Amino acid sequence: MMETLSPGASSRGRAEVIHTELKLEDETFLTDDFLRQLINVGEVDILVGLATHNNAKTIGSIVQTIQSGILQAFPRERAVIIDADGGSHDGTPELVTGVSIDDVRRATNPYALRTLHSISTKYASSPASGVALRTILAAADLLRAKACIVMSPESASIEPEWVSKLLRPVYRDGFDLVTPTYRRHKFEGLLMTNLLYPMIRALYGERIREPYSSEFGFSGRLGSQFLNQNGWNDGGGGAGVELRFTLAAITGGCRIGQSFLGEKDHVERHAADLVPTLRQTVGSMFSALGADFPVWSVVSGSQPIATTGSDQELLLGPMRINRKRLRDMFSTGVAELESVFQSILSPTTLAELQRIAHLGEEEFHYSAELWVRTVYEFAASYQKSVISRDHIIQALAPLFRGRVFTFLTENRNASASEVENNIENLCLEFERLKPYLLQMWKSRE
Amino acid sequence: MREMIISELTQALHELARDFAHFLPRLIVMLILAFLGWLIAYVAKVVLRSILRLIKFDKLSENAGASQLLNKADLPSATEVLSRFVFWVAWLGFILLGVSVLGILGLQEQIAKFFLFLPRLFVALFIMFFGLLAASFFSRAALLAAVNANVPSPRVLSLAVRSIIVVFVLSIAFEELGLAEQTMLVAFGIAFGALMLGLAIAFGIGGRDLAKRFLEKKFVRSKHEEGEDELSAL
Repeated sequence: MMETLSPGASSRGRAEVIHTELKLEDETFLTDDFLRQLINVGEVDILVGLATHNNAKTIGSIVQTIQSGILQAFPRERAVIIDADGGSHDGTPELVTGVSIDDVRRATNPYALRTLHSISTKYASSPASGVALRTILAAADLLRAKACIVMSPESASIEPEWVSKLLRPVYRDGFDLVTPTYRRHKFEGLLMTNLLYPMIRALYGERIREPYSSEFGFSGRLGSQFLNQNGWNDGGGGAGVELRFTLAAITGGCRIGQSFLGEKDHVERHAADLVPTLRQTVGSMFSALGADFPVWSVVSGSQPIATTGSDQELLLGPMRINRKRLRDMFSTGVAELESVFQSILSPTTLAELQRIAHLGEEEFHYSAELWVRTVYEFAASYQKSVISRDHIIQALAPLFRGRVFTFLTENRNASASEVENNIENLCLEFERLKPYLLQMWKSRE
Repeated sequence: MREMIISELTQALHELARDFAHFLPRLIVMLILAFLGWLIAYVAKVVLRSILRLIKFDKLSENAGASQLLNKADLPSATEVLSRFVFWVAWLGFILLGVSVLGILGLQEQIAKFFLFLPRLFVALFIMFFGLLAASFFSRAALLAAVNANVPSPRVLSLAVRSIIVVFVLSIAFEELGLAEQTMLVAFGIAFGALMLGLAIAFGIGGRDLAKRFLEKKFVRSKHEEGEDELSAL
C-alpha cells in the first residue's frame, strides 16, 4: 500500500510554501493531481525516479528492491519514489504505488524512521525519456530533494546496494553526479566502448565509463540547474537527455564520481535498434558539441574521476554475434552510400574506407586511427549540417558495424586486461587526434 | 505634273519628319528605359547574389542535386545562374517596356503576354527547385533506411523514389507554365503507371523469393537467427 503523510497543520504549511514557489512553467507542465500528491509529501531528502512504460513484469520487484535499499542505507531520511509513466497499459503505475513497504520491512528487518512515499504520474500517452526525466527533475526541485537517483524499470539484476552506491556519494560526500560502472561481457556496450566513452573522454577530459546510463545519482542542485537551463521544447521528446545531463554536469564544473554497481543485464537487441540508439546517444553528443565548444576546445588530455569499487569488470564467456553480417553491412554501406559519404568525409578517409571495404574477412581491419578520423569528420559535418543531421547519424551506422567487426576480431581471444588495453589505446587515439577535430571545426566555421 | 510630284514628295518628307519627330522622343525614352533597366537589373543581380551567398544558397542547391546538374552542363554555381537569370529577366522586362513605349502595333499584346508569363515562370522555377530538394532528401532517406535495414539494391529503391518525385514535380511545373498541359498530363500518367506496374511486376514475379525471405525474416524469425543478430550497442 502507498503510504502518505496525514495532512496535518505543519505539512499543510510546508505544502503552501512549496506551492507558492511553483513556477508558471511547472504548473502547466505537471498535472494538478501530481502536484497535489507532491504537496502532500512535503520536502524530502532522497528521491528515486523511475521512467516506466509497460514494465509490469519487472517493476514490482524493482520497487521492492529500491525500498529495501533505502531502508537499509537511509532509514532516517525522508524519501519518495516518483514514477513518471509514459502511458502504460499493463498496470505499471498501480504496481509502483501498490508495493507494500511492510513486505520489505519483514524481509530486511530494519525499520524506516520516516515515511516512504510512492507516487506515480502519467506524463504522456507515449513514452519520451526527456519528458520523463523532466518530470522527475521538476518533482525533485519542488520537493527540494538533496540527493536523487534514476533507476531503470527493467533491470532484472538490480540489488538493494545499488541505491546506496549511487546515493551515498551524493548525499554524504558532496558529489553532484554519480554514474555507474558495471560488470558485463567484453562485447556488450560496444557503442560505449568504441565511441561514447573515448570521445567524451578526449573532448571533455573526464574519464566517465558510462556517460549514458539508465541508472545514475545526482544532487538536487545539479537537477535544478539542468531543469532550468535545458531547452526542453525541442520536439523530439528529449531523446538522449541522459547524455546531455552528464555533459551538463561536466561543463558546469560539477563534482563527478562513478560507482561500481555489479552485473549489468544483457539487453536483447536487433540490428534495427542501432539507428535509434545512435540518434539518442551520438546525435545528442554531436549536437551538444556546438554549444560546449568553449569548454571542450581548451581541454587537453583527460583525468580519471573518483571511483567507488572497480572501474569496470569484463566477462569473457562466449557470445554469438553474426560477424559476417556486420562486415557485409559495412561493405554494402560504403558502396551504396558513396554519394552521402562524399558530403561528410574527407576524400582521404573515404578512399581508405573504400579500400578496406573490398578486403576479405581475414584481412579486414578498420584501424583505430581511421575510426577516430571518421567519427571526428562526422562530428564536424554534423556541426556544419552539410546534409540533414539525422541523415548524418544514419550514415554512421554501417561504419560503426565495420568498426565493431574489427573490435570483435581483435578481442576474440583477448583476456579482460587485453580488452581494457585495446580500449585504452583507442581512447588515446581519440585524444591524440583531437587537434584534427579542432582544425576541421575552425576551418568549417 | 512635276510640281505635283514635288509637292507630294515634300508632304511625304514633312510627314516623315513629323513622324520621326514624334518617334524620336519615344526612342529616347526607350533607350533611357533600357539603360535604367540595365542599371536596376545590375543592382538587383548584385544584391541577390549577396543575399544568396549569405543564406548559403549553393549549399542548398548542392543538397537539392541542382549543383551537380549545373556542373555537368558546365554552368557556373547556382547562385551565379540565378543572379544572372534575374538580371536578364529584369533587363529584358525594361527593354520590352521601352519597346511598348514605341507604340509598334502588334507588339503590345505580345509584351503584355510576356509580363503575364513572368510570375508563372518564377512559380515554376520555385516548384522545380524545392521539388528537386525534396527528391534529393527523400531519395537519400530511402537509401539510408534501405542500407541500414539490409534491403537488397538500396540504390534502386532510392532512384525510384527520386524518379517518382521528379516526374511529379516536372508535371506540376509544366502545368504551371501552361506548356503542353495535355501532353505532360498524359506523359505523367503513362510514366507513373509504368513505374508502378514495373514495380508490381518486379516485386510480384522477380522479387518473389526476396519477398518470401523478407516476410519470413519479419514474421517467423527463429530463435537461432535472433541470437546471431544480437549486438548490444549500449
